[in-house]
Amino acid sequence: MSEELGVEGSVTQARTATTEMVRAERVWKRFGKLEVLKGIDLTVNQAEVMCIIGPSGSGKSTFLRCINHLEQINAGRLWVDGELVGYRERGGRLHELPDREVAAKRREIGMVFQHFNLFPHMTALGNVVEAPIKVSRVSKHEAVARGRELLDRVGLGDKVDAYPSQMSGGQKQRVAIARALAMQPKLMLFDEPTSALDPELVGEVLDVMRELARSGMTMIVVTHEMGFAREVGDTLVFMDEGFIVEAGNPREVLSNPQHERTKLFLSKVL
Amino acid sequence: MSDTATGLSSTTRQPEEIVAVPVRHPGRWIATVVILILLAMLVHSLISNDNFGWGTVFDTLFQNSILTGVVHTIELTVLCMVLGTIGGVILAVMRLSPNPILSWVSWLYIWFFRGTPLLVQILFWGYIGALFKTVGLGIPFGPQFVTFQTQSLITVFLAAVLGLALNEAAYMAEIVRAGILSIDQGQTEAAQSLGMSALMTMRRIVLPQAMRVIIPPTGNETISMLKNSALVSVIAYLDLLYAAQLIYSRNYQTIPVLLAASIWYLFLTSLLTIGQYYIERHYSRGAARELPATPIQRLRALLSGGGTTPAADTTTLGHGGGGGQ
Repeated sequence: MSEELGVEGSVTQARTATTEMVRAERVWKRFGKLEVLKGIDLTVNQAEVMCIIGPSGSGKSTFLRCINHLEQINAGRLWVDGELVGYRERGGRLHELPDREVAAKRREIGMVFQHFNLFPHMTALGNVVEAPIKVSRVSKHEAVARGRELLDRVGLGDKVDAYPSQMSGGQKQRVAIARALAMQPKLMLFDEPTSALDPELVGEVLDVMRELARSGMTMIVVTHEMGFAREVGDTLVFMDEGFIVEAGNPREVLSNPQHERTKLFLSKVL
Repeated sequence: MSDTATGLSSTTRQPEEIVAVPVRHPGRWIATVVILILLAMLVHSLISNDNFGWGTVFDTLFQNSILTGVVHTIELTVLCMVLGTIGGVILAVMRLSPNPILSWVSWLYIWFFRGTPLLVQILFWGYIGALFKTVGLGIPFGPQFVTFQTQSLITVFLAAVLGLALNEAAYMAEIVRAGILSIDQGQTEAAQSLGMSALMTMRRIVLPQAMRVIIPPTGNETISMLKNSALVSVIAYLDLLYAAQLIYSRNYQTIPVLLAASIWYLFLTSLLTIGQYYIERHYSRGAARELPATPIQRLRALLSGGGTTPAADTTTLGHGGGGGQ
């Protein structure tokens, strides 16, 4: 697979424009014979919120997972903050990054999962302080103080000692957001953060995300919440079958879609 | 509640309580009678059959050599379980490693040590001196810096430990592997997305959760180990069984002495069972919303006027017919 990556040596000049947080060029991803991403091109600027919508199986979650290298891309190029994801370029060839460096890069990217993936054997505070203490080597005292602050910020100041099993879905997801923020990431990825929630719990999570966007965090949000996309998103991307079908201002895309496929999808979900 | 359930209207009064004739269970009565008769026969035999030699049993129970054997058996069990568990974790991680060599070596190890009888393995370690006269440290195929006589290096104790621990590691590896595989992939992904290394993810996130799956079979393994340690009597290590054998070879009271040893084994396994209960409880943190009270806590609640207040919310498990209902 590195051979394929090597083919396109021409587009690999360092992209260090300061405002670009994520840049994807013809990103290609296969699982076996199944082609999931077929040439994704997009740019997310600093402090921008990009929402990605699309039917299930369209590749939007996979693309998100490629950004922090949970999945390896097969072709194309992907940069986060001016640096290639998962590779280093030297002498015109791509070299896989050692695990240690991949892990170091992931610290700068927060991820929130559809099914929360909280650590069930730790309290809310334990979840939040685990990585700062063990990975970033922050002092325990400092991590706890900051952890409490973050849990306060997501409205769970009274739940610091609760275990995930004692919390509602909305509360769990807010802890998961606090956990990701504890590493002080410069980019946050949300993979359908509200899809596993009861309808009445969706609001509390979206409120936290809205506040986060307002504070200037760069966010990529895979979602089915069109209201959120319209209100908070700076750009909206509609994906289908591994392609970006349409992208642009959320209000325009949602109210006046240009492509038939987008119209069809929106007519079903709106 | 009543304001939403308008459709149900009218009576909120509970209808008449059901008083029904309970189903008869003649089978239970017959079984009880049969079992009571068998039990009476057993007790009668225990008391009246002099061959049990209860006097000798109780004399033997606290003899010095038996007590030494008990201590040695406990030492052997603890040491071999600790080594076996460490080895098992390493083998399990190797087995699940993306490195094919490690995975293959682990598979081979498990295949070999599970595939040959424990007794044979112990005998093998006991007679290892016949295979390798000396053991040395040095350059592979080159000169050696230090050389030991195998027979003096591998003592009977070391042979016993090697035999039991290496075998145990193979079984523990499969238990640990099952535990690791039982943890959702999302946990690993969450840990990775926070920048944790594979090793830290395993140690801080996966293994602590896998413990809940690993502990119960490990308790069984520990109990098995306690009893399997009796096999080392074949290489003349002074464990509980070998101590008993030495005694009855002198006084010919085979059955009473073996009974004394059995009482010790039963006592020790009972202790282990209690220990297992508390360890399981510890690792179920976060899995159950509220931990059930321990038997001691329940007893304490019962003694401190618990009888009058069935509302005591900790008594979740009904104990026999004594409780509230």
